[in-house]
Amino acid sequence: MIGPSLSYALAGVALFALGLYGLSVHPHLLRKVLAFNVTGSGVFLVLVSLSQRDPGTPPDPVPQALVLTGIVVAVSATAFALALLRRLYALTGKTGLDDEPAP
Amino acid sequence: MPWMILIPLGASTLSFLLGERARWQLTAAAVAGQGWALAGLLMQVWEEGPQRHPVGGWGAPLGIDLRADGLSATMLTMTALVGGFVSVYALGCFSRDRAGGAYFWPLWWFLWAALNALFLSGDVFNLYVTLELLGLGAVALVCLGGEPGALVAGLRYLLAALLGSLAYLMGVALLYGAHGTLALDQLGLLVRPGIASTVAAALMTVGLLLKTALFPLHYWLPPAHGGAPVPVSALLSGLVVKASFYILLRLWFEVFPAALTPAWAQGLGGLGAAAIVWGAWHAFHQEKLKMLVAWSTVAQIGYLFLLFPLATSVAPAEAALAWSGGVYQALSHGLAKAAMFLAAGSMIHATGEERVESLDGISRHLPLTLFTFALAGMNLMGLPPSGGFIAKWLLLESALASGQWGWVAVLITGALLTAGYVFRVLRHAFLPPRPDARVHVLPGYMELAAFALAIGSLLLGLTATFPLTLLEVGAPFAGVRAMP
Repeated sequence: MIGPSLSYALAGVALFALGLYGLSVHPHLLRKVLAFNVTGSGVFLVLVSLSQRDPGTPPDPVPQALVLTGIVVAVSATAFALALLRRLYALTGKTGLDDEPAP
Repeated sequence: MPWMILIPLGASTLSFLLGERARWQLTAAAVAGQGWALAGLLMQVWEEGPQRHPVGGWGAPLGIDLRADGLSATMLTMTALVGGFVSVYALGCFSRDRAGGAYFWPLWWFLWAALNALFLSGDVFNLYVTLELLGLGAVALVCLGGEPGALVAGLRYLLAALLGSLAYLMGVALLYGAHGTLALDQLGLLVRPGIASTVAAALMTVGLLLKTALFPLHYWLPPAHGGAPVPVSALLSGLVVKASFYILLRLWFEVFPAALTPAWAQGLGGLGAAAIVWGAWHAFHQEKLKMLVAWSTVAQIGYLFLLFPLATSVAPAEAALAWSGGVYQALSHGLAKAAMFLAAGSMIHATGEERVESLDGISRHLPLTLFTFALAGMNLMGLPPSGGFIAKWLLLESALASGQWGWVAVLITGALLTAGYVFRVLRHAFLPPRPDARVHVLPGYMELAAFALAIGSLLLGLTATFPLTLLEVGAPFAGVRAMP
């Protein structure tokens, strides 16, 4: 039988893989940033699923602290990437990293 | 120990608040403070062995423990030397270019704080956080110029860095799930061969290889390092790529030795060998001087990874030789590559042109800078008496002692290829100057700062005993002498 923590962990791994796929196939930078966030959520879900292994015991606080820190990092990285992306678009009209012309 | 992190962090905030005012004074005070804190830490590690410091008195597992051993102390010293001299150079560089200068200083002090924190971290999650701080700071510095080329290079770098650290974080999650601890030393005792350890090791290694830019994951490095402002290139090539390499070293020799098979190490060595050839080949064919130096970093990173096959599943004495050789390569490359980038920047500034072909006659105008470039090149080639020579000699001796002849061939080929691109620059420098060439003058202290770094890389070769002995404090092969 699959318990709740294991199903969270499996969903996290699936999100991680999905995000990696998105990061590699989409040329548009905004999609890449979004895919990065999906990947990150996958990792966080895996971490959260680790905090409660046996239903009877109190949850382990360490993974939750890690996830909080991880979210802070991910939010600042996303903000930074979006700022760079907007600047690039304002200067060149490009939305991707390769030299294709602006749509 | 906490001062190592607090001083640059404070300097970052102050330089942001003060702007142009008191730049010299602030930089001088902060660099001096770093020197003072580092000297204290070095004394402690040298006399009492590895050190620990629970931040705020909380202690692990909920608090954060800082720790310092010989390896951390050595990396911190390299950071302080490179950082100090690059700061001097940058004082001259950004006083002319005010737009970038306003943001360079806060970001650079922030980057320095992140580097120091990374080298002092004692658990895998703290390493993740500092790695992210480092990545964000480094990308912001690449984008300092604000032109589209720099932004594209920065975004490419940012995405690679974020992807790398997420893969690493997934590995951290698996490790915590399997063993219930994050501390490096405890994990080392708990990790056993198995599927969880293997997947965690694979994810963390690939993520860090992406950040270290080992072939074939180096695609982001040349545009980012070649396109950034000169002091930034020097810092990125000299220091930032060493940080993720340092984490790999920690993981492979302290956490995962039980879980890793020799085939993995041979694979990493193979990638390193490919990087040496591929990077040197591209460096030789670059038109622009800074791109040449950036590709040379790709090649020199390859040498770092020869450490892994040479130090895995061999006798402890040979492993210790290879381990010290690899770390020594990181040190000497850090100093030499920073010197080389600064010298290249001076030459570009003086001639106003970026191409290698336009360096004709520079030997008449900037003899000291050219000498700096040549000394750094000598280091990269591994000619005696430079630090690069000691590094490559240790690796070579280890390869011969354990009978791994293939890596000997790689080391020798690499030195010849390096000579190829270094002499390509020197050849142009000694040609007669073109009649229409105009040369801008450069403040003398900028040339001297680059020269001091080159001399530092030379001293690493002449006085190798002290750093090598320091490295042994708390090293994985402690007790095995690795003297040349």
